[in-house]
Amino acid sequence: MAGRSILGLFKEVDEAVEAADKLKENGIDDFEVLTGSPYPEGAFGEKVSNHRLYVWPLVGAALGFSIAILVTAGTQLAYPVVTGGKPILALPPMFIIAYEGTMLGAILSTIIGVIFESRLPKAKLGLYDTRITEGYIGLSVVVPDGNTDRVDALFKAANAADVKLEPVSA
Amino acid sequence: MQQRPALTEIDINRDLLRPILATPMWFYGLLMFLGIFVAAALGAFAWAINHGTGVYGLNRPVMWGFLLVNFVFWVGISHAGVMLSAILRLCNAEWRRPATRAAEVLTVFALGTAALHPLFHLGRPWRIYWSMPPGYDFGRGIWPDIRSPFVWDPTAISTYLTSTALFVGLLLLPDIAVLRDRSSGMMQRVYSMLSLGWRGNTRQWKLQVIAGFLLSALILPVFVSVHSIVSWDFAVQIAVEGWNATIFAPYFVIGAVHSGVAGVISILALLRWMFKWENYIRDDHFDALARLMIVVAVGWFYFFIIEFMMGFYPNEEPELSLRALQLTEWPFNAAFILFALTSFFIPVPLWLFRKVRRNVALMFWTTILVNIGMWLERFLIIIPSLMRKQVLTFNWGSYNPSPIELILVGGSFAMVFTGVLTFAKFFPIIPLSDAKEGEIMATEIRVGKVMVPAAYREE
Repeated sequence: MAGRSILGLFKEVDEAVEAADKLKENGIDDFEVLTGSPYPEGAFGEKVSNHRLYVWPLVGAALGFSIAILVTAGTQLAYPVVTGGKPILALPPMFIIAYEGTMLGAILSTIIGVIFESRLPKAKLGLYDTRITEGYIGLSVVVPDGNTDRVDALFKAANAADVKLEPVSA
Repeated sequence: MQQRPALTEIDINRDLLRPILATPMWFYGLLMFLGIFVAAALGAFAWAINHGTGVYGLNRPVMWGFLLVNFVFWVGISHAGVMLSAILRLCNAEWRRPATRAAEVLTVFALGTAALHPLFHLGRPWRIYWSMPPGYDFGRGIWPDIRSPFVWDPTAISTYLTSTALFVGLLLLPDIAVLRDRSSGMMQRVYSMLSLGWRGNTRQWKLQVIAGFLLSALILPVFVSVHSIVSWDFAVQIAVEGWNATIFAPYFVIGAVHSGVAGVISILALLRWMFKWENYIRDDHFDALARLMIVVAVGWFYFFIIEFMMGFYPNEEPELSLRALQLTEWPFNAAFILFALTSFFIPVPLWLFRKVRRNVALMFWTTILVNIGMWLERFLIIIPSLMRKQVLTFNWGSYNPSPIELILVGGSFAMVFTGVLTFAKFFPIIPLSDAKEGEIMATEIRVGKVMVPAAYREE
């Protein structure tokens, strides 16, 4: 089924909340709220989707720790020179490098995780308006072709500053 | 009471993007002026590469000179950046908002500059790859000895630098999107690419907020480890009497915080003056940072006293000769007095006064004093300890920095400042999204007959 993306722009928070409520009253639960700054979660009554970000640092830390142990043990075993009477596999220095490796792995994977879970990068911005980064609040929803007028009217009834339409492929 | 002007998102965009979208002419002049010092430093480095490390003032037994003093100094400065941003973020401190990014950016450029100093010092920068896993010289059977702190050190610093740079980059995404929406031509295409297609939906904002907390919590232990490991470059060497101390790791960490927070305050004062950001970097921010500085300075001074007194306690000749050098012989005695005055005895009593804490000029100059003192502290730890490294007096030596070292040290300050300014030319150095969030959550509550500024906080 072909659908169209429709974006309503609202100057005030209360107007956006009213439009979101009307969307839900009309059976449209799946809408996207676009803002230029972080609002408290659920401020517009939008669906809050789950994420798995907390898994990423754990996986990265395990990977970083393993690589660090491999590198430290590997270099010592490959070039087994006794230094200062210490054992070839000296644990304290191995721990230091393993610690840094663990943290680096955790941090890198967290950053990759945030980007991945944010569904980024995206080559195309989609239906968007630059006024969003000026304080306007955007409500974006994909509706079947025949329903665009109804959503348009609904946004305008909630005092939308502007309503934009864009064709969406099936 | 805090004065909190109400600002709209348009005001915030206009004010904080001014250095990027309407860069004043003096900005380019300042960059060119700093560029002269950077070019001089690069020229000095090229001279050192061409002529060998003999152009430095190093000689037995002082084989670590100004370049490594400066290395420790810049690693120290780099520390407070992320420490400040991470702790304030984790504590949800409302006054963190204008300071976090400047602190993080200072960390990146100070650490990057610090990382250049071992290259300057070694004189053969093309062989640095020997110390990194992808570049091990397998063909010649050369492997790094991971039992040496000189392997721990690059590992820790590269971890910290990579983490901080990516942390800054990730939290910049929403602000780059604002720039994408406000710029045109080639820069618009560049910002579009860098913003990765950021739209500002609920999920993206939620993950940004979580990332701020999560990465802060992950970077804090790295911050503690890095300066501990830098201290072990010195502390694990049993051959140098003045360095072989178990207290060095915490002493270095708190010293780094002392100099780093001072560095952040200096940068904030400069930003406020240069870009007229009185509405964003307010007097109450300096007040709060100065209170933090008092706590940090007193903690650092406690560690300094312990380290110093414990040197005397065993009553051993090599340690006593080192302390005698630091306290009684020119120019170290003068450096010691200057160090004590500038790092603690002048600024801390001044910060006890509210008028001083809320005076930007005084805060700028007192924090500059702290960093003069902290540079001298590193100088007094490294150079005199090496001069008295040997037990027998005929092996004692001296050190005179060469002009090449002086140019490199001077140039390093220009490098850091150039880096921060160049960043401010292309990206907002005060986070727009943080400033806007602060406005959304700000309110006023009535207590009796007065209205008090307050802020909501999402749990």
